[in-house]
Amino acid sequence: MSAEHIHVSLGQRDVLRDVSLDIVPGTLCALTGPNGAGKSTLLRVLAGLLAPKTGRVSVQGDDISTLTIAERARRIAWLPQSRPVAWNLAVEDLVALGRFNGRAMPYARVKAEDRDAIDHALQRTGAMAFAGRDVQALSGGELARVHLARTFASSAPILLLDEPAAALDLRHQIELIALLKEESANGRTIVFSAHDLALVRQSHARTLVLHHGSIVADGAALDVPDTSTLKSVFGVAKNPDGYFVSAPDFD
Amino acid sequence: MTPTRLILALCLVSALLIGASVFFGSASFSFVDVIGALGQGADKTDALIVWEIRLPRAVAAFGVGAALGASGAAMQGLLQNPLADPGVLGVSSAASLGAVLMLYFGLALPGSVTLMAAAIVFALIAMVLLFAIAGAKSGTLQLVLTGLGLSSLCGALVSLAFNLAPNPYSLADLINWTLGSVANRSWNDVLFVLPPWALGAVALWRAAPGLKALTLGEETALSLGADPKSTRAWAVGATALLTGASVAIAGAVGFVGLVAPHLVRRFVRHDPAALLLPSALAGGVLLLIADGIIRSGLIDPDLKLGVVAALAGAPMFILIAARTESVSR
Repeated sequence: MSAEHIHVSLGQRDVLRDVSLDIVPGTLCALTGPNGAGKSTLLRVLAGLLAPKTGRVSVQGDDISTLTIAERARRIAWLPQSRPVAWNLAVEDLVALGRFNGRAMPYARVKAEDRDAIDHALQRTGAMAFAGRDVQALSGGELARVHLARTFASSAPILLLDEPAAALDLRHQIELIALLKEESANGRTIVFSAHDLALVRQSHARTLVLHHGSIVADGAALDVPDTSTLKSVFGVAKNPDGYFVSAPDFD
Repeated sequence: MTPTRLILALCLVSALLIGASVFFGSASFSFVDVIGALGQGADKTDALIVWEIRLPRAVAAFGVGAALGASGAAMQGLLQNPLADPGVLGVSSAASLGAVLMLYFGLALPGSVTLMAAAIVFALIAMVLLFAIAGAKSGTLQLVLTGLGLSSLCGALVSLAFNLAPNPYSLADLINWTLGSVANRSWNDVLFVLPPWALGAVALWRAAPGLKALTLGEETALSLGADPKSTRAWAVGATALLTGASVAIAGAVGFVGLVAPHLVRRFVRHDPAALLLPSALAGGVLLLIADGIIRSGLIDPDLKLGVVAALAGAPMFILIAARTESVSR
């Protein structure tokens, strides 16, 4: 998947400015940057949900704007940052939406192949224990894993995950990273956004740093962001004890 | 109870209620008379009453209830709101207004295609207006208030027609549309609304998967491959056809679309797509019961169906509204 010279303005503000990137299939890619850097917008553009003012996104060689909605869904699964659930669905029925494909069978009536994918996704995200429960009976972190399972149940080769680690406890954050690494090793292309730099580092993912709508750093997780990026982009520095401290003067 | 068993149970209850309804009516028949009338060689008047008056009335009650129940479930799914209902949101009163206007200006007779078309078109206009003023993105409060306003406006225009009605006879004719009734409906009336009901059912079937995807919000639905725009078009079209045709045959009958989905939702695990068929059946059962009470003759003079439905449904609305508020807080 690739993006060329993406420019997006929302109202008066330029949210993305001339963003270009090329992601090799099977890559695990982390997207980080301060609040309002344009991470969610970039993921939306990559998902084809938001048409950029200029520039184009290609998925498996095809311009995303030429794909039908159904074809796009076959190629890309997207996890939004805010995840409303209007009705008190059963957990497995929510995950079954990951296998949507024009029909919306409840879990009890899906095909064997879909059921296997749903079960597998529930297992891997540690959400199997919630199967049979209503989503309103879950905690925020539990529900986050159910949403993640929904994207994992999809057969799309590309996953775009907006803040998948938000609301997860430390153990589940670490397990999430392991899961993402495993999944990309299996050949899925995954782009995820995250605020926690330690977590990004642990993912060994290719790391893109967005700042004011532009990619300001791009490299292996261990190198990015370096000290100067930390100061100029995130407004933080490391003190002698290795803790992050606020350093807004550099902004 | 599984959804399949629920559907079977509701079908069975509907069939039993329709069967039972031929035993009730203003002419008193014994059980043997009715059975005889259903069979061959019976007394001609008896057969006529059972076959041409009681049975079509029961089928009409069931059909109107089913159409309204399904409409309510579709609107609730589309707006992601358990308080949505063609009556509450003004769609039924808009359809009534359409029918009343046709009658008032003498442009159509009761049971004519023009009258039905007017009811359907007005229902459609009401839904489009509702979306234009308070779309799916606005909250429960704005939506219900907009619907209330729309409903009041249509009600006021209908009252205006009453006010200006040239003679008591035509006034009675007009009032019938706002009170709602399936008394004296013939097989012709039932056959007449079947095409729009059937079209509405097809449109609902097309909308169903999208309604379920909408549970996760419009953008996620789009990412799953369910275009919210086409879901909206199918659901709005279905509701206009189902509600408009129901108003054409029975006048305005409120709250069935609100109560029916509420009663069966838990059995389908709150799945808005799986909710449609059970809601339709439950709506049919509700109106069969309501009409059964009316024709049992316990209350004299005969009550109107819309009155009974509102008396039972409005308290339910208050109950659901109170609960919705406490959940969202």
